Amino acid sequence: MSNLVEEVVTKSTTPNSKYTFKDFQTDQDVRWCPGCGDYSILAQVQRIIPDFNFPREKTVFVSGIGCSSRFPYYMETYGVHGIHGRATAIASGLKMARPELQVWVVTGDGDGLSIGGNHLIHLLRRNLDINILLFNNQIYGLTKGQYSPTSEFGKVTKSTPQGSIDNPFNPIALALGASGNFVARTMDRDPKHMQTIIKRAVEHKGTSFIEIYQNCNVFNDGAFFTFTEKETKEDNVVFLEHGKPLVFGKEKNKGIRLDGFTPKVVSLADGKFSVNDLLIHNENDSTLAFILANMTTNPELPRPMGIFLDSSDHCYEVEMQKQIENVIQKKGRGNLEKLLNSGDTWFIN
Amino acid sequence: MNKTDKKLKEVTIRFAGDSGDGMQITGTQFTNTTAFMGNDLSTFPDYPAEIRAPQGTLFGVSGFQIHFGSTEINTPGDNCDVLVAMNAAALKVNLRGLIPGGSIIANTDGFIDKNLKLAGYTSNPLKDDSLNQFKVYQVDITKLTSLALQDMNLSNKIVDRTKNFFALGMMYWMYNRPLENSIKWVEKKFKSKPEIAEANIRVLKSGWNYAETTEIFTVKYTIEPAALPKGKYRNITGNSATAMGLVAAAEKANLELFLGTYPITPASDILHELSMFKEFGVKTFQAEDEIAGVTAAIGASFGGSLAVTTTSGPGIALKTEAIGLAVMVELPLIIINVQRGGPSTGLPTKTEQADLLQAVYGRNGEAPVPVIAASTPGDCFYTVFEAARIAIKYMTPVFCLTDGYLANGSEPWLIPNPNDLPDISPKFRTDPNNYLPYLRNAQTLAREWAIPGTPGLEHRIGGLEKEDITGNINYEPENHDKMVRLRAQKIEGIANDIPLAQVHGDEKGDLLVVGWGGTFGAIRTAVDKTRAKGNSVSHLHLKYINPFPKNLGEILYNFKNVLIPEINLGQLNKIIRAKYLVPTIGYNVVKGLPFTTIELENKIESILNGDTK
Repeated sequence: MSNLVEEVVTKSTTPNSKYTFKDFQTDQDVRWCPGCGDYSILAQVQRIIPDFNFPREKTVFVSGIGCSSRFPYYMETYGVHGIHGRATAIASGLKMARPELQVWVVTGDGDGLSIGGNHLIHLLRRNLDINILLFNNQIYGLTKGQYSPTSEFGKVTKSTPQGSIDNPFNPIALALGASGNFVARTMDRDPKHMQTIIKRAVEHKGTSFIEIYQNCNVFNDGAFFTFTEKETKEDNVVFLEHGKPLVFGKEKNKGIRLDGFTPKVVSLADGKFSVNDLLIHNENDSTLAFILANMTTNPELPRPMGIFLDSSDHCYEVEMQKQIENVIQKKGRGNLEKLLNSGDTWFIN
Repeated sequence: MNKTDKKLKEVTIRFAGDSGDGMQITGTQFTNTTAFMGNDLSTFPDYPAEIRAPQGTLFGVSGFQIHFGSTEINTPGDNCDVLVAMNAAALKVNLRGLIPGGSIIANTDGFIDKNLKLAGYTSNPLKDDSLNQFKVYQVDITKLTSLALQDMNLSNKIVDRTKNFFALGMMYWMYNRPLENSIKWVEKKFKSKPEIAEANIRVLKSGWNYAETTEIFTVKYTIEPAALPKGKYRNITGNSATAMGLVAAAEKANLELFLGTYPITPASDILHELSMFKEFGVKTFQAEDEIAGVTAAIGASFGGSLAVTTTSGPGIALKTEAIGLAVMVELPLIIINVQRGGPSTGLPTKTEQADLLQAVYGRNGEAPVPVIAASTPGDCFYTVFEAARIAIKYMTPVFCLTDGYLANGSEPWLIPNPNDLPDISPKFRTDPNNYLPYLRNAQTLAREWAIPGTPGLEHRIGGLEKEDITGNINYEPENHDKMVRLRAQKIEGIANDIPLAQVHGDEKGDLLVVGWGGTFGAIRTAVDKTRAKGNSVSHLHLKYINPFPKNLGEILYNFKNVLIPEINLGQLNKIIRAKYLVPTIGYNVVKGLPFTTIELENKIESILNGDTK
């Protein structure tokens, strides 16, 4: 931190306040469509964020372009509404410059996985301590209904009247493949689960990536209803809990068993298998994380929700600071006069 | 034998060989020693885009030209007096730049049949009479080098790589230069490989001794030190000066320097240099692409760093949208374009001035950005410093244009005293009362810089149109029109805060030559030469291109004719014509090479003789 920034920041006294939900609301009208899943996500973030008791003025939300990217305008923190796809890069620069800030990226399946796919994977591999919330609604909302990189094959949209011929990304597998250390999934219609996951993501040191299933009720209504609605959710979703077997179903009578590396649904009701035969989730196992991630693309299997992976690695901004400190320790703080006069010099009299 | 010593005022030498022959190192060594001797100088490294082009081919020739003297030197020299040619291809490519009567020092081993064939010679030019108008010195440098090292048991490859120092040693003898500087450099460079250090030093000395004792060379030359302004000097390239200028600006701004960038020729050396300045707290980020480089810089600027992005033309094309964002969010950002030949990938290692319109206008919407350009390698230091001053004071991105010629070229540089550089610290907003993100300073029209970490100043900025004063999103027609004008006025107002343009020569007359950027030296020399003949011609060099100095129009109207030479098809020319409605004359040659003085002299004289087309 430069002297000037340090002066400004240390002079300022952080109020020893207990924040509430309201402290994070801005005076701006929230302008998402009525019924949009984004409202729930905003509400969960505003509800959980006071729990961290982290100074509001040291919190920054950064976004790109898209419906989700309006998010920073509604958070009473610092915020940057950037350009399409680049939120992760803007946030990276900010975090490198000011590692003590809590930096969030809010993005969507278009912003984060299409135009911003490159920056997303590089942020994940560099592992800066940034929290990414990727709202996945499998559609382009702001541009009014074209298919997105997570839309299913055959998706009929304004730009694909004959159906999409793109294969979709699996965001969880993509994040894991890009060396993401904290990779999780939650959904707009499960506030409690979302809050739990966000809390864990903030606690995680390094880049955290949360895919949030979010309903676009205007252009892609019901895309995730199988997983989010009461009637179907329990039979189609398996919640991942560290150290616990993968049990699901209305009657809690189904489970996931590993057959070699292949997850399979087994019944706990017919006496053939018991809970002891089931796959036990281990958040720290990256191999398992990939197996679970790939369940997403298998329609025979329930959709995993929760934390796929929570492992640790060095953070870019910390290493960057370390190198600077090491050099300063070795050479002393730089002296401009010395620098300008370095190398071969001579006098003309 | 008797050797005579002659005095020269100035001389131009060109070292040429394969791209793997170490010609750039040879040239740089000769330059540093020459600078150390107190001569004024200017250099022009000229190398292919391929790292190791096939040996002996014409397109693999790498050259380094140095012009030095006891008088003021502003250009690397139109033509060379001496050509060191390590092989036939090097001779073929560079011969047309050698003055009639000039000297060729040819490595005969580079003229064997294979080399001749690759260079497209049907007969050996060293043996036929095609070089009759030159003085040709034939030396089997390759053989002499291996003889000098024969007892050292070194591989052929290593031996071959030292032969450039034999040539260097000969040139040191011929121009009365000491060996010590290069010996010191070798010792440092090969500290961990003492036998390679010894081999290079031995070969260097052999070259010197060979020239001293054989009868091939009979004349050595002395070039007295130049009458440069008094003070302490170092030799500097444009990219080094840029890197140091940025560090100086950050120190004087009391801010941390943040560089977000992506490697690109010829700008990468700025990244390399800054990454070595960690003791100044400099943070260098080699991003995944150009876009991430600039957007990371914008993020760092939001956080209160002095943020910079460095690149060349194609990189600017990628950064364009983000530069628009910086205009909209009104944050300081320094954008350095080390211009190269375009369009597209173009000529990566060659120089050009064709990105001026891109810098001034190349964005969507009305997105004004100040543009300033460096004139010499050493001037890059002051130009980036000035860019930082404007960026911070006016809360704006600033374009700083250099080019490949300035970036890699070098000159003796009077080392500035840091105490003479102005304080350019920003005043961060801290008062939480009545904070409005887009409230402007009445004089500069700049908004305040409020950084995260400051309680009570939480605010959101972004690329959507802002409401005047509050900074809230606003789509109202009247507001947009107002904001477009405010952003334009802010940049135009910088004209009140920059020096007036200075005419070199008379304030009125027959011809004013207006230039910008790296053509400064060639134009200044050409103007001085034609003035010396009694002509009414003056030179105006523009450092500030957006906005222009306030007195530019007035100056232009004082001359019968205005000539604007540029290494593009007339970009400054277009801007000046549009703004001042003066019938300017363009001189435009786009060969990827700096102007020669003689072509500019010819153009100036033809205009003075009435040809104003």
